[in-house]
Amino acid sequence: MLQFLARRLLVALLVCLTVLTFAFALTRLAGDLAISIAGPNSTAADIEVVRKAYGLDRPLVEQFFDWVSRAMVGDFGRSYFFREKVSTLIFSRLPITLTLGLVGLGIALSVALPLGVISALREGRPIDRIISLVALLGQAMPSFWLGLVLMITFGLHLGWLPISGTGTWQHFVMPGVVLAFSAIPALMRLTRSGMIDAMSADYIRTARAKGLSRTSIVLKHAARNAAMPVVSIAAVQLGFMLGGSIVIETVFALHGVGFLAWESISKNDFPTVQAVVLLLAIIYTLLTLGADLLNAVLDPRLRAA
Amino acid sequence: MSALLEVEELDISFGALSAVRGASLEVRRGETHCLVGESGCGKSVTALAVMGLLPRNSVRQARRLAFDGKDILSLDEKGLSRLRGDRMAMIFQEPMTSLNPAYTVGSQMAEVLVRHRGASKRAALDRAAELLARVRITSPGMRLGQYPHQLSGGLRQRVMIAMALMCDPELLIADEPTTALDVTVQAQILRLLADLQKDLGLAILLITHDLGVVARTAHRVSVMYAGEVVESSPVDRLFNRPMHPYTRGLLSCVPVPGKVRRDQPLGSIPGMVPHVTQGFEGCAFRQRCALARPDCSGPIGRRRPEADRVYLCQIAPEEMTVS
Amino acid sequence: MKGWRAWGLWLGAFIVGFTLFIAIFAPMVATQDPFAQDLSKRLVPPSWMEGGRSEHFLGTDGLGRDYFARLVYGARISMLIGIATVVTSGIIGVAFGVVGGFFGGRIDDIVLFTITARLSIPLILVALAVVSLVGSSLTVVVATLGLLLWDRFAVVARVATMQVRTLDYVAAAWSAGCSQPYIVMREILPNILSPLAVVATLEMALAILLEAALSFLGLGVPPPLPSWGLMIAEAKDYMFFNPWVIMVPGMSLFVLVFGINLLGDGLRDLLRTGRVA
Repeated sequence: MLQFLARRLLVALLVCLTVLTFAFALTRLAGDLAISIAGPNSTAADIEVVRKAYGLDRPLVEQFFDWVSRAMVGDFGRSYFFREKVSTLIFSRLPITLTLGLVGLGIALSVALPLGVISALREGRPIDRIISLVALLGQAMPSFWLGLVLMITFGLHLGWLPISGTGTWQHFVMPGVVLAFSAIPALMRLTRSGMIDAMSADYIRTARAKGLSRTSIVLKHAARNAAMPVVSIAAVQLGFMLGGSIVIETVFALHGVGFLAWESISKNDFPTVQAVVLLLAIIYTLLTLGADLLNAVLDPRLRAA
Repeated sequence: MSALLEVEELDISFGALSAVRGASLEVRRGETHCLVGESGCGKSVTALAVMGLLPRNSVRQARRLAFDGKDILSLDEKGLSRLRGDRMAMIFQEPMTSLNPAYTVGSQMAEVLVRHRGASKRAALDRAAELLARVRITSPGMRLGQYPHQLSGGLRQRVMIAMALMCDPELLIADEPTTALDVTVQAQILRLLADLQKDLGLAILLITHDLGVVARTAHRVSVMYAGEVVESSPVDRLFNRPMHPYTRGLLSCVPVPGKVRRDQPLGSIPGMVPHVTQGFEGCAFRQRCALARPDCSGPIGRRRPEADRVYLCQIAPEEMTVS
Repeated sequence: MKGWRAWGLWLGAFIVGFTLFIAIFAPMVATQDPFAQDLSKRLVPPSWMEGGRSEHFLGTDGLGRDYFARLVYGARISMLIGIATVVTSGIIGVAFGVVGGFFGGRIDDIVLFTITARLSIPLILVALAVVSLVGSSLTVVVATLGLLLWDRFAVVARVATMQVRTLDYVAAAWSAGCSQPYIVMREILPNILSPLAVVATLEMALAILLEAALSFLGLGVPPPLPSWGLMIAEAKDYMFFNPWVIMVPGMSLFVLVFGINLLGDGLRDLLRTGRVA
């Protein structure tokens, strides 16, 4: 178990370092950053000033190590556009994105888990087919378009929910639903296949031979074993949702990290872009690590390994 | 007194395939009844049908299916589940996968007593420890906290047996309980079952394809072939004087010390078990039978050559001696 | 069950085939110029709605361009993006996966690590940043998505290769003295194609959705190209009063992606007759 944990931690650390390098390389992709920062109407002298001011005149290797050593301690420099420390900027926006992600995951799980279980218990029956079809439809829904359609329907015509902004909990309903939509099909399919596998296992036959109630068989014996892949995919999906929040936050004008990322990309504010890429990658890595740990708790065989 | 388990004219089919056809057998209180046959002959399916554990794509019909004189054919899933694990219990062929990997031995054993007797968790665990000791597992207290993957195959089968005994059942159905185990462990498990049977007055329906197991444990034997119980008899008389040609063939395949001579080859049954679909007529063994006659493709009669014996064949006992 | 699945497969194939047909023969399907602006005829509703005109079957957009023509030419962009991205990412992913699965050991560790690292990188954010830095064009979008979407190809190719590698006919090829490249190309690749075909449909659907999202955010296909995502973005300002302006491209996108997914699902069930899970 300890060995497994150590190995996973090492991989997670290496992934973060790789992304660190990647995030740096990403912003140097376009060639001369100074030109982008100074803007299209600047003179050669302006560009030179910018280059000096941001330290872009130094060798690339030096710039890289400077960025890495600062990033390690959470210093991502100052935003070119917002004139603020990038770390302050991100942490002021993070609560909105995390709220959105958790609301999305909550909605996704509360829809996908029951549907997946019902589908599995009625495998091949009409209800299973209908649920599969609905999942397929959900998978095909472009999230930004769904957001707009919901805005027109529930915001404008029915007037039930606010169209944009972050004032109340109601502001998070529509974005949460849209975000959940993208995660539901994968979660549901995995729940379904996991439950089908579990329900056909020998230990379920044993549980039935013991005369246990249907509820206990499904919820105690089958669900526990079907849960492990679902936990993993839920973590991955939450990571994707946080990454996908860039689209949703833009549609619904939620000023979270995603919106910040979109703003800084359009303003060529590369320290912020770098930092957000890194942050999302770290969150994703931590989530998958957490899922592995949770699975170790769920599965005694993993714990012993 | 009526038998503990009565099965009369049981039919089980999977789509067009007839898995069991008109099978009848009786398990009496306190005796071990062996159900023998080749794999695929329908013996496991018969046992599952008694427990009400058949897969969803199967159809079960019977003239009578009774436990302790009460009809269980008409019981719904809920009523059956009250009986299962309480008065009749079952253990399976694959001890490696029959226990839930996610829960401890203790928790899986305890839930049987909690479910059927409303016992407290504490009391159920005490009972579990007592039974683990009873099936000769050392340091039962420690085993209760262990997970199935920490136990060997033989230990897991002992746990399965102990779990089956939690509510003091009257009937234990054991579906090839030793097939997946090492030979030395097989002997231990069989001896354990025999001892438990004697001590607890348990009735056991033991399913096996191994005639050696039958000889060592059974009081009565039913032989199945292609979905039919072709012969039913007390064990000693079956071994001394088998009636059905299939039983004779089966016995001739097994070396018996003192009876087989070195220069004499062991017997074998030529041909293959036929696939039996609905609408099949006549004796399913006729293509492989040395004594087959034209009337074997018609309806087959039941013969009772002596008390307590039944076999399913056109040929009378006195004609049999020809072979 | 069988009939129902086959129905899905055929419907999916029809939707994809139909869109492909429209994309290829766009100039013949749409008689009007998708770029021609006519400010006197802005936001004409579809012909069956009140105020619609017969010459603009699906109406016009905010600049008076024919919506039907833009939709038809937009199918070109979606299909182009979908297919080109799948080819690019398929080559990258399959190469990675086969190498990892075939050689195992250290090499496989590296492949697995690369996949893990790729998965941790936020997809849309990085795609947006790249397009923003390099400049938006169709080629840049395809290249960016192609370089990002190879992970599932790699995962599936890796596992499939590991399974095939241990089979008898590969062992036979080894003992017959065949070279490694020969074994990979002739014995392994043809036998892992079917699960990869399913991945290809899924990735194509994802690529089309991502392109639309990027274009919607203004960092995908540049205007005035009629990308469906871009059409939705341009229509956003009018959508509260003329909802059809976002319904037309949105529904098209939805139906196309649904069709591709149906096709993929149908293929998967068709191939499951073998042993592929």
